[in-house]
Amino acid sequence: MENSAPTSIAFFTGFKVSDLLFLGEAALRTLLISVIAITSGSLLGILFGWLLAEFNRYLTSGLNLVLDIFRSVPLIIQLILLYNFFPIVGIPLSPFVAGTIVLTVYTASLVAQVVRGGVEAVSLPMRRAARSLGMTYFQDIRYVVFPIGLRAVLPAWTGVALGVLKDSALVSVLGYIELLRASQILVTRTQEPFIILAIVGGFYFILSYPIARITDRLEKRWQYD
Amino acid sequence: MDYNFHWRPVFRKLDQLLAAGLVTMEVAILAMAFGILIGLLLALMKMHGNLAMRGFANGWIEIARNTPALLQLFFFGFGLGAFGIHLSPFLIVLFGLSFNNAGYLAETFRGGFSAVPKTQIRAARSLGMSVLQSYLRIIIPQVFRVVYHPMTNQLVWSVLMSSLGMLVGFRELSGETQFLAFKTFRMFEYFLVAAIIYYVIVKMILGLSWLIGRRLFRY
Repeated sequence: MENSAPTSIAFFTGFKVSDLLFLGEAALRTLLISVIAITSGSLLGILFGWLLAEFNRYLTSGLNLVLDIFRSVPLIIQLILLYNFFPIVGIPLSPFVAGTIVLTVYTASLVAQVVRGGVEAVSLPMRRAARSLGMTYFQDIRYVVFPIGLRAVLPAWTGVALGVLKDSALVSVLGYIELLRASQILVTRTQEPFIILAIVGGFYFILSYPIARITDRLEKRWQYD
Repeated sequence: MDYNFHWRPVFRKLDQLLAAGLVTMEVAILAMAFGILIGLLLALMKMHGNLAMRGFANGWIEIARNTPALLQLFFFGFGLGAFGIHLSPFLIVLFGLSFNNAGYLAETFRGGFSAVPKTQIRAARSLGMSVLQSYLRIIIPQVFRVVYHPMTNQLVWSVLMSSLGMLVGFRELSGETQFLAFKTFRMFEYFLVAAIIYYVIVKMILGLSWLIGRRLFRY
């Protein structure tokens, strides 16, 4: 393929095996930013979801509105807004930090909805029964709500987590060199978009597909016991 | 804070932003329509097809669901360029979103079909309905009830995903915003207004879907 290239554009070089290493490193960065965002976002989301489910909805309407906004505005707009907002108040952020913050809040807004659904999936009589057996509120949460809610929450939570893993590709807009950005750099150099995009797609697929399969299986098994 | 917000250039271009909002809705709804058609086809292929058809449907669904939408757009945008196929930005976004929607909707439809008991179609057939009749009058209405809310969600996702058009040079709401913002470098102001327009579009879709749903599923 390269032999036929005109000599005038000699700075284009073919795809090399060492480029796979570059892509692998970029995949690790994708994984890094996703894992940080998913972990911290889930913790926040659990807190928010618990607040939304257990407290008076007029008291939590403000929180609900804010989370709703994060769910209804495209992630790419959120990224650009935050990235451009912090220099205004005098604290310029690196693409990595800005991306992590936005992804975290975005994850939290999605997880909050999932967790709220999970807590509400535990029927009220069940919880009253727990309390009237003498359990404290936190025992009720720990031994009744958690095990029952987990079944409702886990498949949806995995969906959110995989969604965030894929959406982390958008952080490339800010200039953070993750998998997708790396692929663009390589495409610019090698001019072989098809192969490189296919390889990068493969990387994402390898990260995402096994988790999706395991969750499917868990979900099916939990239906019967 | 030594930054002065300038909103006037944004408000002066508000009509252009709103027009771009219409483009966003247009492409999202078109991609949704294609997604529903292809998604139904994929769901049927996965449930009733032979080995080759099942493999094709599975491949499409898993690739659409397990790779980023942006990568799929790039694939239609730049990947096809390797074969000398150059699509316009509109077509890139339309095909990319349709591909993605079809994958997700296929799984939704499959879930919907499996939620209707098999005995329903046998009952319909034994009442003398033809296959087509029993599907149109018995199965589809019940499936539709199950998939209605997931479909609404998918339409919202479709609107949100169309913002990726910005990165392949399509001038929908985000692309237009970026285009205008780069002229004046009022990035924050422009994108905040765009965010508000997105929020309104999403709320409109959800509200409309709620109204229609209440009318359709009265019983």
